[in-house]
Amino acid sequence: MSPSMVKWVLKPAVFLAGLGPLTWIVWAGLTGNLSANPLSDITNETGLWALRFLAITLAITPIRRLTGWQPIIRFRRMVGNYAFFYGTLHFLIYVIADRFAALDFPDGIVAWSTVGNLIASVGEDIYKRPFITIGFTTWLILLPLAVTSTAGWIRRLGGRRWQLLHRAVYIAGITAIVHYWWLVKADTSSPFRYAVIIGTLLLARMAWARMRATKTQRPSPTVRVSAAAPPR
Amino acid sequence: MLIKQAPDIRSSEITDKKLYVNRREFMRSATVAAAAAATGAGVLAGTSASLEAAAPAPHGRKLENVQKSPLSLTDEKPNSWDQITTYNNFYEFGTDKESPSLYAKALKTEPWKVVIEGECAKPAAYQLEDLLKGVTLEERIYRLRCVEAWSMVIPWVGFPLSEVLKRAEPTGKAKFVQFDTAFDPASMIGVRQPVLRWPYTEGLRMDEAMHPLAILAVGLYGEEMPKQDGAPIRLIVPWKYGFKSIKSIVKIRFTERQPLNTWQEMQAGEYGFYSNVNPTVDHPRWTQASERRIGEFFRRKTLMFNGYADQVASLYTGMDLKKNY
Repeated sequence: MSPSMVKWVLKPAVFLAGLGPLTWIVWAGLTGNLSANPLSDITNETGLWALRFLAITLAITPIRRLTGWQPIIRFRRMVGNYAFFYGTLHFLIYVIADRFAALDFPDGIVAWSTVGNLIASVGEDIYKRPFITIGFTTWLILLPLAVTSTAGWIRRLGGRRWQLLHRAVYIAGITAIVHYWWLVKADTSSPFRYAVIIGTLLLARMAWARMRATKTQRPSPTVRVSAAAPPR
Repeated sequence: MLIKQAPDIRSSEITDKKLYVNRREFMRSATVAAAAAATGAGVLAGTSASLEAAAPAPHGRKLENVQKSPLSLTDEKPNSWDQITTYNNFYEFGTDKESPSLYAKALKTEPWKVVIEGECAKPAAYQLEDLLKGVTLEERIYRLRCVEAWSMVIPWVGFPLSEVLKRAEPTGKAKFVQFDTAFDPASMIGVRQPVLRWPYTEGLRMDEAMHPLAILAVGLYGEEMPKQDGAPIRLIVPWKYGFKSIKSIVKIRFTERQPLNTWQEMQAGEYGFYSNVNPTVDHPRWTQASERRIGEFFRRKTLMFNGYADQVASLYTGMDLKKNY
């Protein structure tokens, strides 16, 4: 595939596909095709899509290695940013439907006390409920990665440091699964499936890193460090 | 059979068009539906297999001679038939909320047998129609509060549980009542996975079971109970979290010892035997202080004993409800 094909056809297509879930949720919500508890559906769906995009981001390098198709790497930033985008929607909807909707409004809804009470309510929940704590942690990890996803930030940080920072996405993958796992009541089959997918992707990377480290003919310690770094 | 055949055209067939358009199936069959609508055939007349599958269990027969009850709520609007029959927790038919409305129709509810046994003078195996002989059906409009912090108002049709229990003449040893849900892997797709321990089991203390608010329900909105809501007969204990109100009952057993209910067995730190609605005792993972009434945006404050404190609080005098959650 020619580079211009990737840039002008494939990239816009992937960009539009990423908006698909949001379009679907909005459409289903407006036409009454969500369940009797649409706020719960919207919360769940945005969270699930954040997790799915996270899994796809983590799959891109392994897919590139297995298929040898290099241009796929050019989608990693977009997919990763979609994970952050849906994660942010997920968090905002929780804040509105779960926290804001449960507030008292002693001075009416449009009041400073509402802002204060909302922040207090969200803060208390993050502090008190482990599954919320870890969900919020996941979002906090993704935040700097989304911010520094631009070419400018790669330059500013330098490739090595940028890469080190962006390895935090592995941690986000794990904390996202834990968040999901701690939330379900009894049926862990869905979080389990995602745990297997993300676990496999992480293990594959670790295995590759190990293989590269050993392949690099017993190097001096300094070379070793660079060899252990994940491929770009 | 006490449940009589309804006239040819039921009001239910005219209303609730939306019922027939389940979200997921709709997604799958959107093109078919669009084509059907375009040709004027409408979704209801759709003949494709996927549209067929989209229709939840159809409305059942109308129940005759249903009396009003002073125990019904009068100031809260009941949720719609649609909401009550498409948003269900009935893990025997899958763990998604819409699964029971899609899959519960496989349950065979006629004939239905209910075994009453244990510490009683007159154990028996009743056919459902015999169990219902001599009882007066009442409409009981109750709040239902799910442990997941959502709630509905539901116009059940049923009769006091105590009537059936008294008939069995429990002995002095009968301190508790245990209930079992049907277990049928052939019709219940959910029980093929060990999500919970099957059959689903619940229990009440004897005085709770004899309380006038506790009913066995056989209907909803004046009609026979939809399968996804626990047909043909289920328990309703409105001051407890919804999972206590066990569905599709096949066994009632008087016991001397406190039964181990399924959710307690699953996760004793989160679900107790009593499971009374209590805004001051949080679920370990989420708050129970507020709830979302299905259909509303703002959350309501959860009421002690789900608003039935005047009637039932005396059952728990002197008990530490933080310990006995």
